Amino acid sequence: MTTEPTLPELGATGLLRFMWRQLTSMRTALILLMMLGVAAIPGSFIPQRAQNPMAVRQYYIDQPELARWIERFSGFTVYSSPWFSAIYILLFISLIGCVLPRSFEHFQAMRALPPMTPRNLSRMESFQEFVGNGSEFSKAQEWFKKERFRIRNEEGAISAEKGYLRETGNLLFHLSLILILIGVSVGSLFGMRGEAIVNKGERFINLPTSYDNLQFGKLIKEDSLQPFTIEVLDFVAKYDPVTNAPKDYTATVRITNSGETTSKIKSLKVNSPLTFGNTRVYLQANGYSPIVTVRDSTGQVALQGPVTFLPQDGNLRSIGSIKVPDADPQVGFVASFLPTYVRDGSEGGISVFPEALDPKMLFSIWEGDLGLDSGIPQSVYRIDTSKMKRIALASLKPGESYSYPQGSITFETFVPWINLQIVDDPGKGYALYGAIAAILGLLASLFGRRRRIWIRITSTGVVEVAGLAKNGAPGLDIEIERFVSHLKKEM
Amino acid sequence: MLVTWAYISNYLVYSAMGVFALSFLAHAFETAWAVRAPEQSAKDTGSTLTKTLDYTRTERAARIATALMILGFLLLLGGVIARGISAKHVPWGNMYEFSISGALAFTGAYLFALRKHDLRWLGLFVSISALLTVGTAITLLYRDSAPLVPALQSTWLVIHVMAAIISGGVFLLANVIAGSYLYLEAMESRGERKPWAKRLPDLETLDQLSYRLIAFVFPLWTFSVIAGAIWAEAAWGRYWGWDPKETWAFITWVAYAAYLHARVTIGWRGKRAAWLCLFAGSTFLFNYVYVNVWGTGKHTYSGL
Repeated sequence: MTTEPTLPELGATGLLRFMWRQLTSMRTALILLMMLGVAAIPGSFIPQRAQNPMAVRQYYIDQPELARWIERFSGFTVYSSPWFSAIYILLFISLIGCVLPRSFEHFQAMRALPPMTPRNLSRMESFQEFVGNGSEFSKAQEWFKKERFRIRNEEGAISAEKGYLRETGNLLFHLSLILILIGVSVGSLFGMRGEAIVNKGERFINLPTSYDNLQFGKLIKEDSLQPFTIEVLDFVAKYDPVTNAPKDYTATVRITNSGETTSKIKSLKVNSPLTFGNTRVYLQANGYSPIVTVRDSTGQVALQGPVTFLPQDGNLRSIGSIKVPDADPQVGFVASFLPTYVRDGSEGGISVFPEALDPKMLFSIWEGDLGLDSGIPQSVYRIDTSKMKRIALASLKPGESYSYPQGSITFETFVPWINLQIVDDPGKGYALYGAIAAILGLLASLFGRRRRIWIRITSTGVVEVAGLAKNGAPGLDIEIERFVSHLKKEM
Repeated sequence: MLVTWAYISNYLVYSAMGVFALSFLAHAFETAWAVRAPEQSAKDTGSTLTKTLDYTRTERAARIATALMILGFLLLLGGVIARGISAKHVPWGNMYEFSISGALAFTGAYLFALRKHDLRWLGLFVSISALLTVGTAITLLYRDSAPLVPALQSTWLVIHVMAAIISGGVFLLANVIAGSYLYLEAMESRGERKPWAKRLPDLETLDQLSYRLIAFVFPLWTFSVIAGAIWAEAAWGRYWGWDPKETWAFITWVAYAAYLHARVTIGWRGKRAAWLCLFAGSTFLFNYVYVNVWGTGKHTYSGL
């Protein structure tokens, strides 16, 4: 035997164990939880690429230096950034390290007998004593059974316990959070999400090339798209004449599943998506596509068809660009489409209503290099006019044409377009069941009351009753009162 | 006809404001007139020279104040319902409608809690808050009654927003109580409570009460967030997208979760718990004001 105090050797395993204990301590978990809340804040002030890529691009234009710094800290992709992930992964490891051992303990405690009756009951809460007549034990057992207490019969005493639901609920709640996290991960690893703009009259075929943007989860093959087609037969938007706010969007579509020869006509609305197996299709946005014909000076058609314009405000003032790369020199139209045109003194042409009551297209014509061969990706809605020269300004109503020295443009008519969002999220079921279980667990843990009640009959025939409520839960006094009155009841 | 209902709604909301103002005056009267001058009190008790409060003298004012509060609540309830009838949907389409419903939930939570606990000392604060909320709503945030935009046309509007409004009302009440705790705690640490504050419950009761309110409403808030997620899946194609509103709802949830853990597991009480409660409540308020007024994202509709 040594008298010297031996310091524990903090070898590699010791260090790991120490770190594990620290990580799974309640205090660390709480700090991580608060950190997660704080870490979520910047993403609500800085535009996020996943939610608003246009705003991020604008940020780069307005403050390029700051934007680069923000990028360095993943500030435009906060919720998928390494530091945000680090916090929630640590939190969940801490949670698992905390909850799994507790679940095991709780499982054992549920099968074990309640603890022994304390020696001195008069020190416990709601202590009562009275002289009994000997029938108290059988009455107590009957009452405990009726109230579904678990009991331990002892020599001259009964120990009873109830309210394990509290801890069960608590554990269920925390385990369901893990299930939600699994659901989120499955969704992001095995899911897909994409968007496509489809003009009225066009047909969308579910192939990667049909999408305007398409993202696959990291662990999913890119050829696994559900085969179906959606043809947009009609799109109707209704607006409130007083407030100009939209009242209803309804797209009528013809859908065909692959392998089926028959098609179905369905209506697609904002809150009721279409479902193809695991894939859901949502109506997300809408706007106008002017149909134009551009001719060169010889009258040959250089470009014909609908051009998608992007809405800029609630009255659907829309901007777009018409690019004619085959003309020599190249020609571009920087255009805006106004569904209900009004001339405004300060702003020029504006739209005063989102429905096309008096549509007009305003545009400027540019000649020169469109910059399409420069290799820099370009927006289809804008033209880089830095290497171009403006040659004319004009406005057209549907059916009208405008001639300029190098050719002419005809504004034939216009069609509405809709933006389809197509999503396959195989993890959302887990997340939903996790969320439901979380609520149930939370209710059980917050409203469940764990308490013990003891009864002892001393050798002199005195009946002692006392109880103990965990976490100072209220109502024990009343319960013991009911118990005692049952004991005193005449059979 | 529907326009008539909108007018009726406005009249009811204005009347509720008037009644809340009267209730505020009655509460103020109750507190002010209960104070006895020191010499009088010294004569009565023969011992102390401090001012005392005798609420038996103003019991009638207290009853009138509470009755007015109930009347104001009922008028506001009528106003909210009439607003709903005029628009043919639940009146939760814009910030004006959220605000009057929120004031309704707040006064409702107070009156509900009043049945069990004597909270009339809070009435002064509750009446002025309701008055200011409704007043701000009708002057700054007022919008004509209008149909719902397509994204809001869903049964989930009723479920999600109702849960959120009730949670908000209770969170704010818990915040008021935590604020009173901190104020009274500071007052007690400087010495004795001032006479007017003597009627207020002891610190322990306030501490417990704010905890109870939060423990009661936290599952509802969780439900509100989940209901919002289910709705978002149906309307926007994803159940969670870190939209600013969602982010701040999450932050609020995390803050209250931290509060509950700090209390139940680590055993925080009193000052620290009250500060955490205030912080959590302010994330909720921030979400309401900032995201609706200055924020971007999918939760901003039809100009507020």
